[in-house]
Amino acid sequence: MNHPATLSILNGHLIDPANRIDEVRNLHIADGKILAIGEAPAGFQPEQTIEASGLIICPGLVDLSARLREPGQEHKATIASETAAAAKGGITTLCCPPDTDPVIDTPAVAEMIQHKAQQSALCRVLPIGALTKALDGEHLSEMVALKKAGCVVLSNALTPIRNTLIERRALEYAATFGITVFLRPEDPHLRNQGCVHEGPVAARLGLPGIPGAAEVVAIARDLALAEQTGCKIHFCRLSYGTSVAKIRQCSLPVTADVAAHQLFLTEDDLIGFNSNCHVIPPLRSQSDREALRQGIADGTISAICSSHQPHELDAKEAPFPSTAPGISGLETLLPLTLKLVDEGVLSLSDAIARITCGPAAVLGLPLGQLGIGSSADICLFNPRQRWQLATDELLSHGHNTPFLGCEFTGQVSQTLLAGRITYRRERDTPST
Amino acid sequence: MIVPNQSNIQLDAEGRLKHFLTIEGLNRELLTEILDTAESFAGVSERTVKKVPMLRGKIITNLFFETSTRTRTTFELAAKRLSADVLSLNISASSTSKGETLLDTLRNLEAMHCDMFVVRHADSGAAHFIAQHAAPHISVINAGDGRHAHPTQAMLDMFTIRRHKGDFSPLKVAIVGDIQHSRVARSQILALNTLGVAEVRIIGPATLMPVHAEALGVKVFHNLDEGIQDVDVVIMLRLQRERMSGALLPSEHEYYQLYGLTDERLEAAKPDAIVMHPGPINRGVEMDSQVADGPRSVILQQVSYGIAIRMAVMAMAMQRQGGAQ
Repeated sequence: MNHPATLSILNGHLIDPANRIDEVRNLHIADGKILAIGEAPAGFQPEQTIEASGLIICPGLVDLSARLREPGQEHKATIASETAAAAKGGITTLCCPPDTDPVIDTPAVAEMIQHKAQQSALCRVLPIGALTKALDGEHLSEMVALKKAGCVVLSNALTPIRNTLIERRALEYAATFGITVFLRPEDPHLRNQGCVHEGPVAARLGLPGIPGAAEVVAIARDLALAEQTGCKIHFCRLSYGTSVAKIRQCSLPVTADVAAHQLFLTEDDLIGFNSNCHVIPPLRSQSDREALRQGIADGTISAICSSHQPHELDAKEAPFPSTAPGISGLETLLPLTLKLVDEGVLSLSDAIARITCGPAAVLGLPLGQLGIGSSADICLFNPRQRWQLATDELLSHGHNTPFLGCEFTGQVSQTLLAGRITYRRERDTPST
Repeated sequence: MIVPNQSNIQLDAEGRLKHFLTIEGLNRELLTEILDTAESFAGVSERTVKKVPMLRGKIITNLFFETSTRTRTTFELAAKRLSADVLSLNISASSTSKGETLLDTLRNLEAMHCDMFVVRHADSGAAHFIAQHAAPHISVINAGDGRHAHPTQAMLDMFTIRRHKGDFSPLKVAIVGDIQHSRVARSQILALNTLGVAEVRIIGPATLMPVHAEALGVKVFHNLDEGIQDVDVVIMLRLQRERMSGALLPSEHEYYQLYGLTDERLEAAKPDAIVMHPGPINRGVEMDSQVADGPRSVILQQVSYGIAIRMAVMAMAMQRQGGAQ
């Protein structure tokens, strides 16, 4: 790929929700940054131009949770493979949770991940630091050192902190240094051995269930501690309708995200023991899905993430409860979000906001928008291109997605990270 | 969005039984065919030569990832009476402890040219998984997977009910005890509803009921005396020892006080009501010995009918196979 110092993207439909732009505009880039929108500055001679008529130009996607599996589980995926998949999905920034092996609880691991990501240079990778050492829920991590090493936020990944006092201390310490904490709300006692939503389908299939209360109890606890400590918290991967209502009602400045698959799949998709639908938090009822969609529409949930969890084939080849949970989601984040527009859940501009400036605001970073001077992280996609998800099209090493064979409308044509092309679809026809 | 899903893998293209994994998805005609076929085999056990040559030359492997005496023995006997060669493997003790995956175990057994797997496993969905991954000529019979299904047990219970009651349509049936953890109950409920009984009731405390139990097609009762009022059949479930004390139930004693079946309490049921239990019984916990050994108990008949039902299911699944070759 070539990397011109100056570039113009012409005749595309620019949608930049943070800057309230939704019209055909030219975009001019110099030295990896947005130089001008609309008219080119006098005398600007771009080294390269991209003809984008019929395409939508939006900020590169910001994904709040994508597991790259490196270090420690390279048999599932690598930083190189997954950042390539991210670029193909229009993603220019992703956050990787700390549950790697070793855990991201020292600056060395955080720096190693960023170093490897910079080598492949296909996506900006922001490591999420561990809130407690080895995610043990007992000893606070060196939060400030992690922050200095590039961890923008901290989290205990999928391991809830069992001891409320430790959680209080962790949030207090994080608040002291202005660090945002990501919490995946789940009461471990109510979760018990559960692997699916405790509902009619679990009753029929005899699978151990996780009650919705497991999420609501944790949210109530986390909100009380956030109020107590003044820590800025963000709820990850909501799954239950009541959770959305609780967050909507609360007066604290908390934010929340949802995994894209959670807005489409329900417990009914488990019938036949489909292990590709084994996810945590579990797929819940149709009414929960509607409540999550409502939360996305009214902004209670400000970010949609891929919750990317690539697995090797064997991890899903076992009886359902013994399979590893998770969906390989980087390459379906944009198409699923666009499907919400097709299904009338929210406008195209709001949909793009939930995968660009929405998550960027959660991180407190000036990403996910294309204002003058900001990094030229751009996704160009053809909103009318119909395509089918097939295994051989996936760049992710994880082929574990229940959406194989599904048809989507809207396909990434090019992705740029700081003005450099990180993905370009071959044989793309700009308009159909 | 409902993701692409496999259709009923239990049936072949002609609608004949290929695998027997769950009652779900099977219609009344097929369940009746199983019962009728079992009826024709029921006499074999009473003959001096207790064998028919139906499955001569076939290899049936019992794959038991969970220990079992009764079910495994009756499957073995059933296969032998059909003249098949039987291999019984207690996998929990062998391969898996060496790190071999379930799929590896399966491939090895396929290489030994098995024709049928009889599977018991602690995970719900295990039999489905094996059926999905086994070579196309192999039939899979579920001998119990997690809390999900135990369809041959349910069918032998249906066989017992039909022998005593004839017609299913007027019957009220009560299932008492730990429904939540019971694959037997799940399969019984499906079978009873498919065969068209008037009413299925489940009786027990909320801690032993699945949440959303009504979705199974039952009426939920928490009081035994109310629940068995005027029923034709009472099915008592085994209460696992480890569930008797702790957070699910306060004590064995209190459980017996509330849900233990005695002759006195059985008075509430119809005068000709029968009492069933999948075994083994905890005497003095689920039921009184007087009931278990009394005139209304059909518990031992259930065991002997188990062989006929398992012969029927094996023969039906293999018949298809014979036809294909």
